[in-house]
Amino acid sequence: MIELRGVTKEYGKRKALDDIDITFQKGKVYGILGPNGSGKSTMMKLIAGLVFPTKGKIYVNNKQVNRYIAEETAYLASEGMLYPGLTVAQMIDFFSSQYKDFSVEKANELLSFLSLDASQKTGKLSKGQQGRLKLLLVLSREAPVILLDEPFLGLDPMVRETIVKGLVSFIDFGEQTVIIATHEITEIEPVLEEAIILSEGKVQNYCQVEELREEKGLSVLQWLKSSYKEGTGR
Amino acid sequence: MTEEFKTSKPIYSQIADRIIQQFVRGEIRPGEKLPSVREMAIQSGVNPNTIQRTYGELERMGVVESRRGQGTFMTEQIEMRNQLRADIQRDIVAAFIENMRGIGLEDREIAYAVEQFLVKREEDK
Repeated sequence: MIELRGVTKEYGKRKALDDIDITFQKGKVYGILGPNGSGKSTMMKLIAGLVFPTKGKIYVNNKQVNRYIAEETAYLASEGMLYPGLTVAQMIDFFSSQYKDFSVEKANELLSFLSLDASQKTGKLSKGQQGRLKLLLVLSREAPVILLDEPFLGLDPMVRETIVKGLVSFIDFGEQTVIIATHEITEIEPVLEEAIILSEGKVQNYCQVEELREEKGLSVLQWLKSSYKEGTGR
Repeated sequence: MTEEFKTSKPIYSQIADRIIQQFVRGEIRPGEKLPSVREMAIQSGVNPNTIQRTYGELERMGVVESRRGQGTFMTEQIEMRNQLRADIQRDIVAAFIENMRGIGLEDREIAYAVEQFLVKREEDK
């Protein structure tokens, strides 16, 4: 379980997150949606223990978040994360040396599932291969919390689909809590259980994905668009 | 390919509809074993909990049977297939009639249009 209690994060004068209260339940898959600059990445970094709140408290499995929370949170960064000079195999070794919960066996399964070549230098990989390698590194960890910040950014529809299949195949549903911050909703929507819209650092709207269809006849994408229109008064 | 889903209906029931249609068309045989929850989730690109709900719903309807430790199986009852076919037929006809009424046709005219269409197609063969 992940709890944010009265969390505000300021960068200089700008409020990236403004007095947020949210609870993420164990074993569920959440989508964090919202326009650029709405606070999605900040929220992910706060839960991952990479930045700290200006006000308020964050708990992951009842522990207040500090930099050691990385032992329990597997974090896919939207940028960076790979060292261009290392090969895929060396990247896997490095992650394996940093995280106790890293499963080399799972990494090998993911290598073939995602059709990656272990001997290639990460700097020479295509964008799609880099996206798949990042997913491999995160899903090889048996961490209670998985945080994916823009896992689809700049990837073509075929790679996006492979990533969704990778998630469905390798996540331990009901055990691992998964939070996905994204703009690309179409492919991931059938995997999400709940979705949250952020707007200017606040929670603007919340839904349960299947109920949204059942009760309002809306997909998450349609709901996001309509929420955004209401929010801006257009 | 991952399937596309309509927005008007929960995903679990759309997948249930697909399984029923495959059964009625004979693509799934009576008594055939269905993919496991995880396999089905990967094939469809959806959350396994959704498939769990699909199978639960189909079991409640008596369309599938789950056998402990063995998996989920399509019903062996042929009457069930006939009943499901009748249900689908009624849904298709209802949607058709609604569309035809929507463009202002009387029921008599709708029946006539169907007859004419079938006669014409028979002649064209």
